[in-house]
Amino acid sequence: MKLIKAIFKPHRLDAVREALADVGVQGMTVSEVKGFGRQKGQTEIYRGAEYQVYFVPKVQLETAVADEIADRVVEAIAAAARTDRIGDGKIFVLDVDRAVRIRTGEEGDDAL
Amino acid sequence: MAKFGVRAGALVAGVAAYGWAMGPAAAADELSGGDTAWILTATALVLFMTLPGLALFYAGLVRARNVLSVIMHCVAIASVVSLAWLAAGYSLAFDDGGSAQAWIGGLGKAMLSGIGPDTLWGSIPETVFFMFQMTFAIITPALIVGAYPERVRFAAVVAFSLVWLLVVYAPVCHWVWGGGWLAGLGTIDFAGGIVVHTTAGVSSLVFALMLGRRRGFPTELRPPHNPGMVATGACMLWVGWFGFNAGSALGANGSAGMAMLVTHISAATAALVWAGIEWLRYGRPSLVGIVTGLIAGLASITPAAGSVGPVGAILIGVIAGAFCQWLSGVIKFRLKVDDSLDVFAVHGGGGILGSLLVAVLVLPVFGGAGLADGVTMAGQFGVQLLAVGVTALWSAAASWAILAAIRVVVPLRVNEETEIEGLDITAHGERGYELT
Repeated sequence: MKLIKAIFKPHRLDAVREALADVGVQGMTVSEVKGFGRQKGQTEIYRGAEYQVYFVPKVQLETAVADEIADRVVEAIAAAARTDRIGDGKIFVLDVDRAVRIRTGEEGDDAL
Repeated sequence: MAKFGVRAGALVAGVAAYGWAMGPAAAADELSGGDTAWILTATALVLFMTLPGLALFYAGLVRARNVLSVIMHCVAIASVVSLAWLAAGYSLAFDDGGSAQAWIGGLGKAMLSGIGPDTLWGSIPETVFFMFQMTFAIITPALIVGAYPERVRFAAVVAFSLVWLLVVYAPVCHWVWGGGWLAGLGTIDFAGGIVVHTTAGVSSLVFALMLGRRRGFPTELRPPHNPGMVATGACMLWVGWFGFNAGSALGANGSAGMAMLVTHISAATAALVWAGIEWLRYGRPSLVGIVTGLIAGLASITPAAGSVGPVGAILIGVIAGAFCQWLSGVIKFRLKVDDSLDVFAVHGGGGILGSLLVAVLVLPVFGGAGLADGVTMAGQFGVQLLAVGVTALWSAAASWAILAAIRVVVPLRVNEETEIEGLDITAHGERGYELT
């Protein structure tokens, strides 16, 4: 099992969700997060004053999937979240030791 | 009764001489149901400007950790000023001052002594006139909230607002609207370009200077936390301003109608001009910009709302939208004064601008009501300049003295740790937004 953690632009969330449904992902968790990478934030202008906004709003999507589809999931997220502009985000893949479905007690891939 | 009739007559005559002709009902010494109904309504509209209009307008401009403190300042000021207005403020502004009448009213109407439901002020009950004027007395010190947010001590806000009302607002209100020396000179200030916006704007600058800048000003600040809240409040101010300006006709008449019309046109024009300049300069017109522009247009038309026509209103709106935007840059970046929410640039600058422009735009060639017999444009301009100048000087000097005195008892500013943590949780024990 792999935990796939993707951080990308909020307005790409619907496209990513649809792409993941197409490759068979059945569940995911999404958080609103803020951060910066090499772009070092952005500037906003209010009443003529320029504000440096270091932490730019992003969404962070987490989903645990079976090993067989992990690569397809990563590719689907990358394709759906890409705008080719700075700040498109990152995808991380982590190994998962154990998974439990709380209601039934099922474990492993069955719990996903 | 006769005493009030004479006072009201003098006031109405003073306005009528320089504005659109008032209806006969305004000068009559008997109650007009129509006038009374309108001023009751206008009073509600003007209180609505402060609560919650101004409170939300300002609250959206600060960081999330200070949102409640700004609203708290506005509510506390409204409460403190209401009691002070009843206790002495109204009397100092509108009672006959005897030998000191040119400078300050007397204390004969303290606690509304001798005034009952049947006492008239012109064609409306004096209780209604008292309430209407009270809402102006509330919003004026509340405007100053924009000078000191995110770092001021709450006790200093309350103490300053209370003393300022009696030392700055009440006398200037008396000079212009209570039959004082500026009224005698023929100063035009229909709804408060001098009494409200010049006093609040200049005092804001002094308060900001004495308090010092916020940490990180001007390059490391955080942007407004909720532009939607800013716009919500600003739009409430726009609607409430109908009561402010059209209510200042003190009657349900043609003067009120024209005041409402020019108020609206000036606001719309200044909003477009401010946003248009942003569009040209930065490539995008912003919501915070367009609503700041409309407030600049409203503040600028305020002194002139009884004198100018629609063309004058458009001219005032155009100049206000450009001038106030330019002025906010000068204050922040050239003078480096942290008048945090641009009270001086938008309200002070707008009010002063309108108070001077009215001397020109009152002329019939601009569609205005015309000057009083025997008064030249240059003469009127001189009077306006004198009124603005003396009011600005008095506001600055008195605000400085009040703050210097308060500073002996309690520091004006919170400590650095409190400023970083935010005033909501440290001063009021509450949080604006729960994250879970």
